Amino acid sequence: MSQKVLEVQRLQKFFGGLRAIDALDFTVAEGQIKSVIGPNGAGKTTLFNLITGIFPPTGGTVEFKGKMLNNLKPHDIARLGISRTFQTLELFGNMTVLENVMIARHSRTVAGIFRAGLRLPGVRREEREIKEKAFEELRFMGLENRAMMGATFLPLGEQKLLEIARALATEPQLLLLDEPASGLNIRETERLSETILRIRERGITVMVVEHDMAIVMEISDEVLVLNYGKKIAEGFPRDVQRNREVIAAYLGEELTDA
Amino acid sequence: MKREDLYPLLSIAIIIGLFPLLAGGQEYYLSLLVFVGINSLIAMGLSMLMGYAGQISLGHAAFFGIGAYSSGILTTKYSFQPPEAFFAGIFLSAIIAFLVGKPTLRLKGHYMAVATLGFGEILFIVFNELAPLTGGPSGLSGIPPLTIFGHPLEGAHYFYLVWGLVILLLLFSLNVINSRVGRALRAVHGSELAAGAMGVDASRFKVQVFVLSAIYASMAGSLYAHFITFISPSSFSLMFSILLLMMVVVGGAETIWGALLGATLLTLLPECLRGLEDFEVLAYGAILMVVLLFMPQGILEGMRKMLRKKG
Amino acid sequence: MTLASQLVQYLFTGLTLGSIYALVALGFTMIYNTTAIINLAQGEFVMLGGLIMVFFTMVLKIPMIIGFLLTVLGVTLVGALFERLSIHPLKNASLITLIMITLAGSILFRGVAMFLWGKDPYALPPFSGSKPVQFLGATIQLQIFWILGITILAVFGSGFFFNRTLLGKAMTACAFNPLAAQLVGISVRKMVLLSFALSAAFGAIAGVIITPITLMEYDRGPLLALKGFAAVVLGGLGSGVGSVVAGFIIGVLESLGAGLISSGYKDAIALMVLLLILWVKPSGLFGSAEESKLKKF
Repeated sequence: MSQKVLEVQRLQKFFGGLRAIDALDFTVAEGQIKSVIGPNGAGKTTLFNLITGIFPPTGGTVEFKGKMLNNLKPHDIARLGISRTFQTLELFGNMTVLENVMIARHSRTVAGIFRAGLRLPGVRREEREIKEKAFEELRFMGLENRAMMGATFLPLGEQKLLEIARALATEPQLLLLDEPASGLNIRETERLSETILRIRERGITVMVVEHDMAIVMEISDEVLVLNYGKKIAEGFPRDVQRNREVIAAYLGEELTDA
Repeated sequence: MKREDLYPLLSIAIIIGLFPLLAGGQEYYLSLLVFVGINSLIAMGLSMLMGYAGQISLGHAAFFGIGAYSSGILTTKYSFQPPEAFFAGIFLSAIIAFLVGKPTLRLKGHYMAVATLGFGEILFIVFNELAPLTGGPSGLSGIPPLTIFGHPLEGAHYFYLVWGLVILLLLFSLNVINSRVGRALRAVHGSELAAGAMGVDASRFKVQVFVLSAIYASMAGSLYAHFITFISPSSFSLMFSILLLMMVVVGGAETIWGALLGATLLTLLPECLRGLEDFEVLAYGAILMVVLLFMPQGILEGMRKMLRKKG
Repeated sequence: MTLASQLVQYLFTGLTLGSIYALVALGFTMIYNTTAIINLAQGEFVMLGGLIMVFFTMVLKIPMIIGFLLTVLGVTLVGALFERLSIHPLKNASLITLIMITLAGSILFRGVAMFLWGKDPYALPPFSGSKPVQFLGATIQLQIFWILGITILAVFGSGFFFNRTLLGKAMTACAFNPLAAQLVGISVRKMVLLSFALSAAFGAIAGVIITPITLMEYDRGPLLALKGFAAVVLGGLGSGVGSVVAGFIIGVLESLGAGLISSGYKDAIALMVLLLILWVKPSGLFGSAEESKLKKF
């Protein structure tokens, strides 16, 4: 049996009276591609925010490779090996494409203000390595020709790829993609599918929040379905697709006995 | 340091090198440029805090004052050597900046602005009230000149000292900006959310750059004290903090060159307003307002845009 | 003087100062509740109120009541112009730019005041003569009762306006959700303008009533703004009642501190309160932590 990368137990997040996440249990196995789907407002992005430490859970636990993530800050969690993209793009608009990816090497490098200011030899070497690794990821995503452009000057599709390149440069073991296909056309979506499969080949475990069912069906090993913060189904894509409760959640129909 | 930074750096170095000759030994012009250098020092630090890290400080005159009073008090009342007092000032400024910065830089926008404003005002009151130590409103006089191996530095020599330090710190700052740290700061400015997700501990770096900018200001303060040999709290008031802010904003907060330009313009401005002191505050307000409304990126960027349109 | 009567003295001084801080705090809150901006020029409205009143009554020799009205109108106009010319054009600018434009306004007003009135402090005659009264063992200037009375009127007036009138509620809706406000037919532009105008009016009132006691000079603004803001934060940003109560608390603390500890550091007292609150509990006494996180600051 493969290793558990992520284990979520009895996870809860309440915002005042609103139960954004309620008694959620699931695991993610190493090397899996696990998709999280559900109607709008089901709590998918909240789940990602909880895992990455943007706010603490109201109850329950999140464990990453056996380590409790509950009260850690986002930067500590990134350092442990979890990386993400954002539903609403959060690129660094004040930097170039290359610099956006170079930042991601932050937690794997060490130069502080003093050594950087004096530009000691170790720092220069580290900078070169950072640049090389950043270029590697840009090449992986097919963006190497855009390196010197301002990040916000890229077309939307490429901006989304840039966010993924950036997340990959942190050398994550778990990658969280939040609606990577939104705003992409068919060709771009296919390319994305392919890319996610290639990411898995690198040994990275992937969780994807998505609305685009085609891509979910194509790439997922397992699908987790949320509605109103609760899990209503989990399993192989084909099975989840036929699950009545899931269909009802999306179409809003009353469950009948037929 | 990037290649495009080399040209302005060299130009500045050359101008500075030649200036005392061009000035023909005229004390007035030399002192004026010494003040430009001193203000540039503070403005550079502030530019890293505001332009790159995207934070705000409306109380930086306080650190300038801490440096000045440290040098002044320790050399006049406690027989410190000027270099010793210089480092004592840096040390004190750094500690205070750390203690104040940690809780303050967690605040957002307006709260941070007001907190730094309040901090600056408190220190101004302290400078005025701690009379046995600081001389109170009447100030502290008799500050000895800086000496190197027994030789007092004056005139052109002091000019070279100040600007030598400016250029060294300019190099240091450019290195920081183009390094992992600089990227981290700019990331925090660009999107604090994404910066965290990429492993950047935003609060740690914000405090670090705040402390760095306080150190720059403290150094400037010490150089100021030894230069004019007399300091009083009125030089470290809110108006000066605002002036420092203006140097960064008017020159261009986005780059360190903007800060230098702003420091130059706003140090020379009061000289042009000699005899029109009544208008001084009014002029500052008007300039800041005009820049914010029509050239919010600052004059440097405004000029670049104009050149680009013509070219 | 016995300690008891000294304390009464300090209490009254404190309430006097507190009135001004409360009025400044109200001005801040009005603009914040409509625009989510902190107007760093708030203190200058007070300063202008005092100095313009001096001009009307001492130079032009206009009777007090008419001078008062004209002053408040004049400063209101200044506030409105400030909003039209400096705030409105920047409505989509970054937070830092907005902070700085109000700072620029504050400097500009100070500069104009310095130009017109110089650096000297100016006095106004007290509203009902300078003969003090004995009250609970302390000697109290009559002006203090004017200050307290007018402040209380202003506070209740604004409370009524914002909580009971449609216009007032419309203004509050704007900062909360400008888009929704527009969708229900509220002209956000007009509300923003109104908030600045009202805020200036309150500042002017504060300036006029305090000048007979504390005099007024061109650079009183920043400290007043800082202390008024301290009241706003202490009371909980957005809460009118909170700011007013906090204003009085700060005024009394300052007065007690000045009287019992040291008068040189008295300004530092309010400022320390400000810093401590911002550092420890930015949501203030009456605000909630969750709510203050949801707000823009």
